[in-house]
Amino acid sequence: MSLNTGEIEIAELRKLTTFIQEKFDYSFKDYAMSSFRRRIRRILDLYKLQTVDELIQTLNTKEDFFQEFVSELTVNVTEMFRDPTFWRVLREHIIPNIMLNHNKISIWHAGCSSGEEIISMAIVLDEMGILDKAKIVATDIDRSIIAKAKEGRYPIKHMEVNHKNYSRYQGKYSLQKYYTEVGSEAIIDKSLLENVSYRKHDLVQGSVFSKFDLVLCRNVMIYFNQTLQNQVLHRLHESLFKYGYLVIGSKESLIWCDIAHKFIVVNNEEKIYKKIKD
Amino acid sequence: MIKQTHLTDKYKAVVIGGSAGSFQPIVQILSSIPRQFPLPIFLCLHRLKHVRHGFVEALSIKSQKEIAEPLDKESIKKGVVYLAPANYHMAVELGNSISLNTEELINNSRPAIDITFESAAYVYRDKLIGVLLSGANKDGAIGMQRIKQRKGLTIIQNIEESMINAMPMAAKNIVDIDYELKVDEIISFLLKLNELYK
Ligand SMILES: C[S@@+](CC[C@H](N)C(=O)[O-])C[C@H]1O[C@@H](n2cnc3c(N)ncnc32)[C@H](O)[C@@H]1O
Repeated sequence: MSLNTGEIEIAELRKLTTFIQEKFDYSFKDYAMSSFRRRIRRILDLYKLQTVDELIQTLNTKEDFFQEFVSELTVNVTEMFRDPTFWRVLREHIIPNIMLNHNKISIWHAGCSSGEEIISMAIVLDEMGILDKAKIVATDIDRSIIAKAKEGRYPIKHMEVNHKNYSRYQGKYSLQKYYTEVGSEAIIDKSLLENVSYRKHDLVQGSVFSKFDLVLCRNVMIYFNQTLQNQVLHRLHESLFKYGYLVIGSKESLIWCDIAHKFIVVNNEEKIYKKIKD
Repeated sequence: MIKQTHLTDKYKAVVIGGSAGSFQPIVQILSSIPRQFPLPIFLCLHRLKHVRHGFVEALSIKSQKEIAEPLDKESIKKGVVYLAPANYHMAVELGNSISLNTEELINNSRPAIDITFESAAYVYRDKLIGVLLSGANKDGAIGMQRIKQRKGLTIIQNIEESMINAMPMAAKNIVDIDYELKVDEIISFLLKLNELYK
């Protein structure tokens, strides 16, 4: 580490990712460098560690520190109805299209974070009257964030942006309908989440575990470098039925991946793709 | 005004940060530099988080430059102006590409100037020019410090000229800034550089 700037060198990051791979069997070596470096810097500051070596030491000696480390490393920022126009397209085109040929719909939220995206999905389906036809799987690499998603309790002060998004989405009712306020928390109506199963899953090293009609992997791959994006896209592709839909974040793109031609762009603005080749 | 040592063709990129009061200066700068300007320009301006459209168009009206909000991992091209999209931080990645991310707000902002500046300083080192314009908070000060530490060139908008001077002041308070320039002077510096690359 350079002394005057506290700047972390690439070699140190390599050492860290190699250590983590060997000790915990997680692979962070292909996370996008600029943000990975910032996250590690942040973790050093948070735990008052001086160097990356000290961080490695701590990971090596404190058994339960690794989970905490993963939580701090990953970026969990999310919102209900994030990108409201996407949710409108989903309601008006994508879901009706899937339901044309099916009586059921299976959905995977890959990188679900604290669950706001799942709740949005459940509300969309509920307002369409098909929530009971849905099977939703929600996964994330970070165990503690999944626990949060399961709880479905959010600070009231976070609800303002959710309300704004919902009204831009032009939902049927008011978001208020879907939660009760207890103290300083909004507690989500549990019946919305009955068909959701949650599990820890690593997109980088985890295996393909099922097939879906619709996969949402939004704002997750932006933390990966291009090599890894490419690799993960293969997994997502395998996890989709033919003619199933993949959604990525509004500022992401598939075009530079080697299997891009196995998808067509359904909506470029909202980054919705359809698998057309196995 | 500008030292001879700073008039070279070694630079590889320009980063510009601005907040309240920076829109006019930005438009002036973008409308004065030629389409073929030899360096990529990374623009990080504080903007409304939910207004996804219109900013590029507004900036493009008077400019001949190609102005674009990049997608994540887009490759960097010379001469293009990259505008940080609403609600995303924009960082420069090693290997000539741009990363976007939704990390926490920094200085209450996303996009945050500090992130764009720091990441660019890391990648371009002494081959970076950082320009910090008018604004009402202190975003960009740490970024300017990092540019300076990496031996890049640091320029703030003239304090008197800045409509709101808190942002350039904050940088000036912690960094030994190379130049404090009026917008006209910033433009003429960039135009001189443009000549040097021919
Ligand atoms: C910014 S959040 C995105 C949340 C939501 N999809 C959205 O767009 O609002 C990114 C999530 O990806 C998760 N993540 C990061 N790396 C992962 C991996 N290798 N496998 C699965 N999830 C991962 C993080 O834990 C985090 O919760």
